[in-house]
Amino acid sequence: MCKHYLYSILCISTSLCFKPFRCRSLPAQRKYMRSPPIPEMATQEVQLSETLAHLKTESDTLKGKLEEERAKLHDVELHQVAEKVEGLGQFVMKTRRTLKGHGNKVLCMDWCKDKRRIVSSSQDGKVIVWDAFTTNKEHAVTMPCTWVMACAYAPSGCAVACGGLDNKCSVYPLSLDKNENLAAKKKSVAMHTNYLSACSFTNSDMQVRLSRMGEDTCSSFVTALHHFFDLTELFKVFRHVLHDFMSLQGCDKKANVWDMRSGQCIQSFETHESDINSVRYYPSGDAFASGSDDATCRLYDLRADREVAIYSKESIIFGVSSVDFSLSGRLLFGGYNDYTINVWDVLKGTRVSILFGHENRVSTLRVSPDGTAFCTGSWDHTLRTWA
Amino acid sequence: MTINTLAKGGWHRDQMACFRKMEKVIVAMQDPDMGMKMRNQRLLITVIPHAMTGRDVINWLMQKYNMCEEEALHLGGMLVRYGYIYPLKEPRSLVLRADESPYRFQTPYFWTSTRWPATELDYAIYLAKKNIRKQGELMEYEKERYSVLHKRINHTWDFVVMQAREQLRASKQRRKADRIVLECQEQAYWLINRPPVSLTLSTFRIYFIAHFVCVCVCVCTFCLCLQIEFCRRALGRNRVKSSICLEGFVKYSEQYLSHDPIMQGCLPSNPWISDDTAHWTMNTEVRVPIPSRLRVERWSFSFMELLNDAMGRREFMTYLEKEFSAENLCFWQACEDIRHGENSRIVEKVEEVYKNFLAPGAARWVNIDSKTMDKTLKGIQHPHRFVMDDAQMHIYFLMKKDSFPRYLKSDLYKNMLAKAIVPQEVKKSVFPFMRRQRHSSPSPVPTLAQPAPVSDARAEKPERVDLPSSIVCVGHHSNHRKGSSAFTEFKARTSLST
Repeated sequence: MCKHYLYSILCISTSLCFKPFRCRSLPAQRKYMRSPPIPEMATQEVQLSETLAHLKTESDTLKGKLEEERAKLHDVELHQVAEKVEGLGQFVMKTRRTLKGHGNKVLCMDWCKDKRRIVSSSQDGKVIVWDAFTTNKEHAVTMPCTWVMACAYAPSGCAVACGGLDNKCSVYPLSLDKNENLAAKKKSVAMHTNYLSACSFTNSDMQVRLSRMGEDTCSSFVTALHHFFDLTELFKVFRHVLHDFMSLQGCDKKANVWDMRSGQCIQSFETHESDINSVRYYPSGDAFASGSDDATCRLYDLRADREVAIYSKESIIFGVSSVDFSLSGRLLFGGYNDYTINVWDVLKGTRVSILFGHENRVSTLRVSPDGTAFCTGSWDHTLRTWA
Repeated sequence: MTINTLAKGGWHRDQMACFRKMEKVIVAMQDPDMGMKMRNQRLLITVIPHAMTGRDVINWLMQKYNMCEEEALHLGGMLVRYGYIYPLKEPRSLVLRADESPYRFQTPYFWTSTRWPATELDYAIYLAKKNIRKQGELMEYEKERYSVLHKRINHTWDFVVMQAREQLRASKQRRKADRIVLECQEQAYWLINRPPVSLTLSTFRIYFIAHFVCVCVCVCTFCLCLQIEFCRRALGRNRVKSSICLEGFVKYSEQYLSHDPIMQGCLPSNPWISDDTAHWTMNTEVRVPIPSRLRVERWSFSFMELLNDAMGRREFMTYLEKEFSAENLCFWQACEDIRHGENSRIVEKVEEVYKNFLAPGAARWVNIDSKTMDKTLKGIQHPHRFVMDDAQMHIYFLMKKDSFPRYLKSDLYKNMLAKAIVPQEVKKSVFPFMRRQRHSSPSPVPTLAQPAPVSDARAEKPERVDLPSSIVCVGHHSNHRKGSSAFTEFKARTSLST
């Protein structure tokens, strides 16, 4: 299966667009009607709870079968295969640049394709474009809201997209004219009910992928996905899209893979013990890693359809906020809530190194496009580039 | 990043998990056999039992979890910050010192997980007690808070004072040592939960009032139906054996190892480490006369790698032109443009593509099988973003299976590979304090139509890249030294020090 192109036909089925709390009549309901006449309310309740129980058992049996199927083809563990691979020696990485200028927690960052510029957003409502190499600030935009939770750099380097609690995504074209008010030129893509949790550009400046917290949907100008979600709590939705229209999603304890053109959830993995905070594709696109509040990172293989590795240590107590792979996929970097960064050997499953430096939790971590360095943003108001 | 509603009982699920893990560590530390050795500490005239030094804590952590001192200091620091261990000297400074400073375990009664959240009433009682005991000699911030609380919960103030008096009376009946211990524990608890300056304990969460009403049974059933449908579909999937997939990872990592700057360094040097941007200059998207060897090698890894590199794509186009099949690549590029372009221009772009590539007798007609052609032509009646997908896929595979392998064997590619440069490693400067000048590169944002600023020699890089003389062009594949990387740097440093 060529993951780059899927033969799915785009299907904008508005009937599938899930609106919460609209009671749908169940076709199966009639089957379970019982004869003795009881007051109406009670009858309905009995019917519904029986239907529910029946469906629940069916769902559970199917899940069990699925696990069995997955286990059948599991003939070897990753660390066994990796025994023949050379181990990694001592590892020294240091902070090479510290970017100071944000007035509050840094929430998100993204690299530009020119490998040295980055855009970062923070809780103070500012979005700053830096030349991370010289540590100069090149552009600064003040958003009308605080908590700018998502920002992305356009592939051409000429625009940035950002959004957060204002429930919409704004795209700002960057200009070198110092006097120009960037805010005046922005374009907005409005979202209706909830705030923006992640955004990224596709291969061009024309399209932005957005994901909205709470309703677990991802919009890309045309596609609307639906998914059932936990109603008692807002979901966290974190996405990484490697190829144009296949998207990863971490929400609650599940990691899902979506085909955005058909709106289908293709695969789902539920092995984490706590909420997933970050998902990232392996460079080849055949697998992905997830980082969660249960202090572990896990590697899932898409072709084998299972979890293949767990990266954890007894002494690591705090959750992972964000993960990313090095260029060759041999190293996995995780930013943790205990202010550290742990570097894992993906193949052998061991921790290669622990990096200290930030003074508050690491909220975002991205490896540069050419793999020469990675950048972390933290709640201590700074960004650091490590190499 | 987490934004949670307040779950049942005021708990945040992820925090509970952290607390439980920390408590496991604490319990292990207190284990009679494998735990820490504790001793008595003198505090003024009294002797506090069951205390330990900071150094003891660190040594125990290092030994138990097999970690370095820095990490043990960090983990121990977290235990202190969350109140599981408290310092006896300087109780307000919640840090772990790696020396003889005495520390004690907090009693489980006062663990953050047991008594969360710390209520206002409890805090008021504590401050009242302290006020009575010290006859008004509270700290500044405590005085402020006391008066604020007094105003806020004035209606229960009698209760507060009564409770405070009762607790003080009860404590007077205890032994002095016990009393002091209890006072320390309580003080430590309140230093964590009502810190003098608000320290962000990384437990900050935004609270949202859920818009939603509680669970609706009908919706749950609908959701279960979806789950069942999903499981049924998933059971029909084709899966690949684990051994094959995992071998794939190993192969991929090996293949890209030399291209990974963090693992093996990059030539001439990693710009972030050496402050020298030569590596970027030599590898810019298109305007480089001679590409680097690694870059050209990478084109042979997969067809997608070749297409993703602008220069590679250009070279491939030149090759296809020689073979008179350049229309394939042009068609593919046009389809990509449709997939990723603006909504407003889709119709016009699809028409162009049809006119140029698909119409019978078109100037650059592409060879697609009839089935796909029919499907595409039908789709063009109602053009949308993905209407060309099937045709694009067909042409992509055609190029991948046919033209691409031939390109790799062609003279064009082989010459390119031979010409490609392998930059020589630039040694790290002997004087580490002499930093190189950091020049800003031209921003990707287009400059306005104005005369460029004169004599800003640093801003623009010249069109033609003049390679510094230290760079040697290597004509054949040789065993060259890689630039300093995170791994070799350590070796270099240790060898320098000997």
